[in-house]
Amino acid sequence: MKTLEELQAIRDKMKERINNRGIAGENDYRVVVGMATCGIAAGARNTLKALTEEIESRHLNNVILSQTGCIGICKYEPIVEVFAPGQEKVTYVHVDAERARQIVASHIVNGKPITEYTYSYAVKEN
Amino acid sequence: MLERAHILVCGGTGCTSGNSKKIFTEFERILKDNKLDGEVKLIMTGCFGLCARGPIVVVYPDGTFYQHVKPSDVEEIVVEHILKGRPVERLLNKEKDEDGSVKPFNETAFYKSQHRLVLRNCGVINPENIDEYLAYDGYLAYQKAVTEMTPQEVIDVIKASGLRGRGGGGFPTGTKWQFARNSVSDKKFVVCNADEGDPGAFMDRSVLEGDPHSVIEAMMIAGYAIGADQGYIYVRAEYPIAVSRLQIAIAQALEYGILGDNAMGLGHKFNIELRLGAGAFVCGEETALLNSTEGKRGEPRQRPPFPAVKGLFGKPTLINNVETYANITSIILKGADWFASMGTEKSKGTKVFALGGKIHNTGLVEIPMGTTLRTIIEEIGGGIPNGKKFKAAQTGGPSGGCIPASLIDTPIDYDNLIAIGSMMGSGGLIVMDEDNCMVDIAKFFLEFTVDESCGKCTPCRVGNKRLYEMLDKVTKGEATMEDLDEMEALCHYIKENSLCGLGQTAPNPVLSTLRYFKDEYIAHVRDKKCPAGVCKALVSYEIDPALCVGCGLCKRGCPVGAISGEIRQVHVIDPKKCIKCGACIAACRKNAIKK
Repeated sequence: MKTLEELQAIRDKMKERINNRGIAGENDYRVVVGMATCGIAAGARNTLKALTEEIESRHLNNVILSQTGCIGICKYEPIVEVFAPGQEKVTYVHVDAERARQIVASHIVNGKPITEYTYSYAVKEN
Repeated sequence: MLERAHILVCGGTGCTSGNSKKIFTEFERILKDNKLDGEVKLIMTGCFGLCARGPIVVVYPDGTFYQHVKPSDVEEIVVEHILKGRPVERLLNKEKDEDGSVKPFNETAFYKSQHRLVLRNCGVINPENIDEYLAYDGYLAYQKAVTEMTPQEVIDVIKASGLRGRGGGGFPTGTKWQFARNSVSDKKFVVCNADEGDPGAFMDRSVLEGDPHSVIEAMMIAGYAIGADQGYIYVRAEYPIAVSRLQIAIAQALEYGILGDNAMGLGHKFNIELRLGAGAFVCGEETALLNSTEGKRGEPRQRPPFPAVKGLFGKPTLINNVETYANITSIILKGADWFASMGTEKSKGTKVFALGGKIHNTGLVEIPMGTTLRTIIEEIGGGIPNGKKFKAAQTGGPSGGCIPASLIDTPIDYDNLIAIGSMMGSGGLIVMDEDNCMVDIAKFFLEFTVDESCGKCTPCRVGNKRLYEMLDKVTKGEATMEDLDEMEALCHYIKENSLCGLGQTAPNPVLSTLRYFKDEYIAHVRDKKCPAGVCKALVSYEIDPALCVGCGLCKRGCPVGAISGEIRQVHVIDPKKCIKCGACIAACRKNAIKK
């Protein structure tokens, strides 16, 4: 026997878990991880795992996490692209688990892209 | 752990027959092999609707729609798409945007014009997991009804929504609920009619397979509204997947205390039992269904008294169809105005149709009332295969009639269909092209009703049999013009004098084809010809000597040795031996054989 509160708790918990089951809307953030051989070899799997955990623990239900193939700049892998609603895409490079968590906190939650991790910054520095 | 991707495998009857169970277990195995089982969620859902392209697999969050998937394709999907993020092009829906990119599946022609309200959870949730139903606001409508509304207010909302019975007759649902509520009794029942028997119809089946909890919840709301504590779902035993998912759903609802003596802790009792029907078409008629539920022979009762007064076990009973119930929770949650904003003046909401016959996209479609037949056939259905011309659409199964091509722009709702001599029925929609003989179609449906007549009343038992014999004479070219008039008179007699809906509607296929395709009947009777080349007795096969090259393929293909001729000489068919099977036509490469 479940109380009304327990049923509501199940609804809330499940709503987060089915959040991914839908085509991204206009107001959703889309986070795309490069998951080709190069990305996976550079550790994209850990990046993806960190992103998943961070999105879940922060209860972000406006984020669609997806993956893509080789972007063509393999030496910068793991690469993560963030598409914020109504903004230019931001490409992050060398994203390990730690950087992934920072990107979620800074870019998605607080709306501040981390310039030092972006592709354009990395190219300029080299 | 949040899963980054969801893989939805269709577990409807169509895709299951295409081996989607094997596809599911292959996914399980291969995901595990690639250590993806914690990261990716695998779900078996109800019907996606596009059965013609099954088995179907959809991958979210991308919304990638894979069609005609085979178990051997699973590895490629996992390794390429899930692991590396590259959709498997060859399995995609080929419909492209103007810029050449593949359209998201909800924007393809098949889905774009649809409005999935009854089917909202079909192909979205796992029907065997109550938690997923809860996630889509499951059992909130019951909670709202019981905590915020009086039973009369619930009925008033249903009345104001304009919902009409989806089983075929189109009786206003709210009024029916009111009758059942007004009956005074110590015991009342709520019954769900899931005895969907029309040939070619599978709407109710798909709802039960894809979203069983929505029907259970609606029955609970009905129980609260009319004051009943016991529900019965009468479902065909030939629907094994629907039956097993209903059993699972009821068990899960009991475990959560949603069903039971104190449903959801809100102080009302409600239980549901299943009754399995043995496949008699007449048991879809409500009074015969009640008899069968009681364990008696499935024969209709005299009405009145109507079930709302004296139904199951002699007690007031509310009986609605599956699709009607599937509308209820949305109406309670979103309000009567929202529902009434869809559809036409007298037919509100949407209707699910099982699209079949000579059409590209056979499957399950849901459209707002008032959509034209043209939209269904040309846009959603993708048109008629092989460049053939649309001739007619049959709605309402054996109780309905044909809509000829000239009426293709009729907006579909209850009243329009009655006016043109057909009916909504439960929602079978069979598309026919120029190769279909309308007399033969009428005969097919009448043969079905003759078989299924329970035999209780004479007009139906004997009348339909005689009518069938007359049709048989027409297809053999033995009928006279007087027979056609007599047929029409007999049709009206059967309609007016039969006891239940089965007999009262059985002559409809004959009447409507007589109305719109009289010339075809006349061709059979007077010219002894079947214009579509279907009725065997009126067709003869001949070889065109100008086209025949004497290759001998037809001679070898003929199963009865009716074709003679030397190599490189013109061949001849002996009409006395010919059984008109068509094997020679299939064998001939020069199209030299004509009917």
